[in-house]
Amino acid sequence: MNKRLVAAFAAAALSTTLLAGCGSSDDGGDGDKAESGPVSLTYWAWAPGLDKVAAIWNAGPGKEAGITVTVKKQASGDDLVTKIITASKAHKAPDLVQAEFQALPTLVSNDVLADISGQAGDTKKDFAEGVWQQVTLGSDAVYAIPQDTGPLMFYYRQDLFTKYGLSVPTTWDEFAATARALKKKDPKKALTTFSATDPGLFAGLSQQAGAKWWTTGGDKWNVAIDDAASTKVADFWGGLVEEGAIDNQPMYTPAWNKALNTGTQIAWVSAVWAPGVLTTAAPDTKGKWAMAPLPQWTAGDQVTGSWGGSTTGVSNDSTHKDAAVEFATWLNTDPEAVAALVKNGGIYPAATAAQTGDALAQAPEFFANQPDFYTKAAEIAKTTAPGAWGPNVNVAYSAFKDAFGKAAQDKAGFGPALGTVQSTTVADMKKQGFPVAE
Amino acid sequence: MSVTATPLDRRPGATAAVRASAPRRRRRAGLVPTAVLLLGAAYCLLPVAWVLVASTKSSRELFSTFTFLPGTGLADNLSALSAYRDGVYWRWMLNSLFYAGFGALLSTAVSAISGYALAKYRFRGREAIFNVLLTGVLMPPVILAIPQYLLMAKAGLADSYLSVLLPSVLAPYGIYLARIYAAAAVPDEVVEAARVDGAREWRIFRTVALPVMLPGLVTVFLFQFVAIWNNFLLPFIMLGDDEKFPVTLGLFTLLQQGASAPALYTLVITGAMLAIMPLIALFLVIQRFWSLDLLSGAVKS
Repeated sequence: MNKRLVAAFAAAALSTTLLAGCGSSDDGGDGDKAESGPVSLTYWAWAPGLDKVAAIWNAGPGKEAGITVTVKKQASGDDLVTKIITASKAHKAPDLVQAEFQALPTLVSNDVLADISGQAGDTKKDFAEGVWQQVTLGSDAVYAIPQDTGPLMFYYRQDLFTKYGLSVPTTWDEFAATARALKKKDPKKALTTFSATDPGLFAGLSQQAGAKWWTTGGDKWNVAIDDAASTKVADFWGGLVEEGAIDNQPMYTPAWNKALNTGTQIAWVSAVWAPGVLTTAAPDTKGKWAMAPLPQWTAGDQVTGSWGGSTTGVSNDSTHKDAAVEFATWLNTDPEAVAALVKNGGIYPAATAAQTGDALAQAPEFFANQPDFYTKAAEIAKTTAPGAWGPNVNVAYSAFKDAFGKAAQDKAGFGPALGTVQSTTVADMKKQGFPVAE
Repeated sequence: MSVTATPLDRRPGATAAVRASAPRRRRRAGLVPTAVLLLGAAYCLLPVAWVLVASTKSSRELFSTFTFLPGTGLADNLSALSAYRDGVYWRWMLNSLFYAGFGALLSTAVSAISGYALAKYRFRGREAIFNVLLTGVLMPPVILAIPQYLLMAKAGLADSYLSVLLPSVLAPYGIYLARIYAAAAVPDEVVEAARVDGAREWRIFRTVALPVMLPGLVTVFLFQFVAIWNNFLLPFIMLGDDEKFPVTLGLFTLLQQGASAPALYTLVITGAMLAIMPLIALFLVIQRFWSLDLLSGAVKS
């Protein structure tokens, strides 16, 4: 996607948005005024403990540079995207925002995020290519600094795998066989569940299979949510649900916590941040889990997708963009800052140096039985397929929850559900005025 | 409830039997509604009971022990909640009290004056104004939040205490209730008599109408208090500063910490438990004013 295209989409989105008529553009920030004297920045973010990291900045490098950052803690997710877009329409967006990778195109097309390539171009070297590509949206611009990533991995209960004589699956075929074998040995247990409320996981699994949901060609978007790779993933999980080899209940519910804690579900396809979730979801299983690479579609491959991960963006409304970029860069690349992020926020840093650095020298406490946890994780992180996001991921995600939720409950195939997600997404993009190739 | 009783009477030959056992029938007809009401009460109270029990559980017990078995972690939960980010929860509670208490008070005052005026004065455009207000009752506040935000931002008030307070002051439903109540409870004759005695309009409103309208206004206050206390979308859109959040929004940030950080269930549940306490207390205190309602009805005829 080139820069002009992004601008064109931004214009299209704005002209079709009713609200744009209400906001005047006369008081729009023109960016960098001469920066003299102390600067104070606001930062909307949700990662726990970010205020503590900002305090380190305010006491040290920030004090020297005369830049103070205040974190205003927000709730994460698509709701925050809506909130920021609304604030930006009124030209009241904060200087800095935490944004998930998949939200970046939405924020860019709504003119929320500033192009910071002038200030942050050099930061590219600190990140893996696939990660950096997601903050440039494939253009010359840079819209955010990557903060954390969530490469997918396979987590399993080591003790129960031994008990039932199961081996760790390295391919998805083996994964299906493992699920069936477990059902045969103990019908009350399930290897894992397919959660229709977590589109992010499905997107990551499709990414691994080679799907690129949003791409641009010429001056049009191509939407391929129901392409061959995604269909393969949907049919695979739909088949397992249909035959009852795995559970069909959503994740992140009290019932799911209980299933993990009592060992009714003995494995979890999740991202690198899983230990933090397991610590509270399944406290009784400490030290009984192990992590392995995600099963592959072709034996011998080394590819994974990602689930979650976020960035630090600078808003167009900020009158101190240079200062904001300076802080964002420090936050996500400085060893001290990243170490504090890992310690207070429990995130997995996006900066490549940090992934093998001191902050991650020790395995998470919950995985003390796997001392090389982060060494392994860094190897897996290198194999992450880049995400390909479009301007209405939120719409696709809510269509996913509706369509797949119904299909999972009915134990019907996921193929038609995937088609629904595709058509809903395309229809919404057209309604918003984006040119879409059929 | 009459619906459940009617089929009984329509049974062939029921009339004679009914006449013979009239007292028994009345008791039986009373049993069904009571059972239905009890079911309804259980339906409404079970979640509350769940919150009460769950707030006593430690995070380890929360999802592993029997649902209605009280746990041992209440004290720990309370202190963890108070310690979370240096007690920001209590700040949210104070904010909620401020928004709901002050907002409900202001809105009750506005409702009382406008309701009284709409009920007791005849002026051109009265029905038009009232119809616009009625449309306001039908309009869900949710769809107004974003336009209100844009207006507030224009006025430079976004992300301030006023931005949440001001939109709650005008409550169409409150004005509607106050008008209906004033029309029914304040007799025209009394107002006329006061005028004849030479009282000014403001004084009539204050000393004659207001005391009679009080039970109705208490209802308006309660409605508004609960509505503002539970309001989510308006503060969500208006406020960026987590120091100004009401408790609903604050607890939401504990739940939505991003996929990589688990929701702080025990803190949220304990926080929710504490957050319903002021509402319960308010209802218990204000109940006394409601019994006044019956008295005033008796006096009137």
